Amino acid sequence: MGFEKFGRKSYTAQTKVAEFVDRLAQGEICATRCRSCGRIYFPPRADCSFCLGDAMEWVKIPETGKLASFTRVYYAPAGFEADVPYTLALVNFGDVKVFGRLSSAVEESTIKIGMDLKPIVLEMPDGQITYEFIPVEECGR
Amino acid sequence: MSRDVAIIGVGQTKFTRNYQGSLREMVFEAFAEALRDAGITAREIGASLICSAPEYDKQRSPAGLLAEYLGLNPQPTFVLESICSSSTTGVRVGYSLIKAGLHDVVAVIGFQKMSEISSAESQERMGRGADIMWEAPFGSMMPAYYAMHAQAHFARYGTTEEDLALIRVKASKYGALNERAVFRKELTVEQCLNSAVVSSPLKVYDCCANADGASCLILANADRAKAISAKPVWILGLGAASETMSLTGREALDGLRAARLAAREAYQMAGLTPGEIDVAEVHDCFTIAELMAYEDLGFAEPGKGVELIRNGQTSLGGRIPVNVDGGLLSKGHPIGATGGSQVRTIVLQLRGEAGPMQVPGAEIGLVHNIGGVGIYSNVIILGR
Ligand SMILES: [Zn+2]
Repeated sequence: MGFEKFGRKSYTAQTKVAEFVDRLAQGEICATRCRSCGRIYFPPRADCSFCLGDAMEWVKIPETGKLASFTRVYYAPAGFEADVPYTLALVNFGDVKVFGRLSSAVEESTIKIGMDLKPIVLEMPDGQITYEFIPVEECGR
Repeated sequence: MSRDVAIIGVGQTKFTRNYQGSLREMVFEAFAEALRDAGITAREIGASLICSAPEYDKQRSPAGLLAEYLGLNPQPTFVLESICSSSTTGVRVGYSLIKAGLHDVVAVIGFQKMSEISSAESQERMGRGADIMWEAPFGSMMPAYYAMHAQAHFARYGTTEEDLALIRVKASKYGALNERAVFRKELTVEQCLNSAVVSSPLKVYDCCANADGASCLILANADRAKAISAKPVWILGLGAASETMSLTGREALDGLRAARLAAREAYQMAGLTPGEIDVAEVHDCFTIAELMAYEDLGFAEPGKGVELIRNGQTSLGGRIPVNVDGGLLSKGHPIGATGGSQVRTIVLQLRGEAGPMQVPGAEIGLVHNIGGVGIYSNVIILGR
C-alpha cells in the first residue's frame, strides 16, 4: 500500500515512511524515533537531521494530547469542497505535535485551546485512510 | 550604519483584479516606470532578478522571456522565489551582488498574474505552499493557517475579532487614497464583522485581495547612486530568517519566529531600534498578520499590539504609521510583486512623494515581508 491512500487527497505516492499508512490501517498513529540519538519525529521521517542517522523505529504517539490551535474552515481549496465546514487542528502530544482534523461533530463553540483530545483512525468510503481528533470523554460519562 | 547600496528607481503597476494585457506587458509597465524614475536605460542594468511564485505562472522560466521583452539581454537573469516574499529576497540578493562587486546596478522585478487561475485553484496551490505530505491532505490553505495563529493569539492575549476588524478598517481607509490599490472602498467595523467566515475567526474582509500586478526596484552601488540619483534611498539594514514549513515544528503560533529573528538582524545591521522607525510596511496578508507584525517587529510588547490599533497609533499621525498605502489587504497581493511594492511605498515616503499618504518628515522606514505562513521572512530598513 502506498502513501497515496493517506488523507482526503494525497499529493505523494512514494515515501520511505509509507508504513505509516499500514500502521494507520491497524489503528496505530505512529511517529518515528532515531535509533542513534533517540529523537522522536512527527511527521514521521526516514532521516534524522540531528545526527544524520537513517535507522528509524516506529513508536506510537501518546493516547491523548492538548489542542494547541484550530480553525473551522468554510471555504475549501480545490478537491475539498465536499467536506466544508471542517475543523483543522494542531494537537500537542508532548514530544510531538500532530496536524489534522478535529471531528466535525464537535461544535465550534465547545472547542477550547488546551482541551484534551485523542486521535482515532478513519477509513473513508473511497478507500482513503486518515485520522482525526475527538474530545476525551470527561470522567464519569 | 552602512550606505553602500541604494534604491534609485521604483515602479509599480496599478494592482487590479484582471490586468488587461499579457504578463510581459504588465511587467514592462512597472519596469518602464522604474527606469524613468531612476533616469537610466536598460543597457545600464547589470543583471535582472525575476521574483515570482512560479506555481501561479503559465509561462515556465519567466526570466528568459522577461529579459528579452524588457531589453535586458545579454545581461544575466534568473528567478528568485520565496512565495510572497520573493521580491524582498530579490532585494537581498541584489544587495549582495552589488556589495560583492559583480554588478553596479541591478533590477529587482516582481510580478504575479493571479487572474490566470481560479480562486479555488489558487488556494489549492497556496495550500501546497505548506507540507504536501502531512498537512495539505487535510485541506489546509493559507487563510486556515493564519486563522490558527489568530486563535492562538486570542486564547493567549484576549485579542478579539473587533481588534482585527480595526486593522481592516485602517487598511481600507488608506486603500481608498491609493490610486494603485485594487480595493478602493472604505469599510466599517460592522461590515468587516458581518462578512462571511472563511476560516474562523477570519472573515472575507480579514483576507487580502488577490490581484494582478508587477513591481520593479533599481538598486545601485554608492558611486552610481550618487552620480545618477538626486534622492537615493539607502539600504541601512537587512534581516532574513526561515521557520519550519510544518506547523508541527513550531514553538508557538501567537507570533512568527522568523519575523522576530529577521527584525533583530536588520535593526542590528542598521544600528537602530524599533522606536526610531518613522513609517512601516508590514505583510498584512491577513489582519492577524499585521497584529503579529507589530509585536514581532518590536513596535509593541507581545500581546500589546492591540493597543496600537485601538489607539490609532499605526494610523497617519500616530506613533508608527503602518501600511498607510492600504497594505496587502486593500492595495492587493500579487504574490511576487508584493515585497517590491512595499519597498516602493517606503522609498516614496522617504523622498516625501507619498501624496495624501505621506508621513510628514519620514526619514527611516521599515519593510516586513513574509513568505507563506511565516516560512520565509525578510525585514529591510531604509533611510534617506
Ligand atoms: Zn538521530
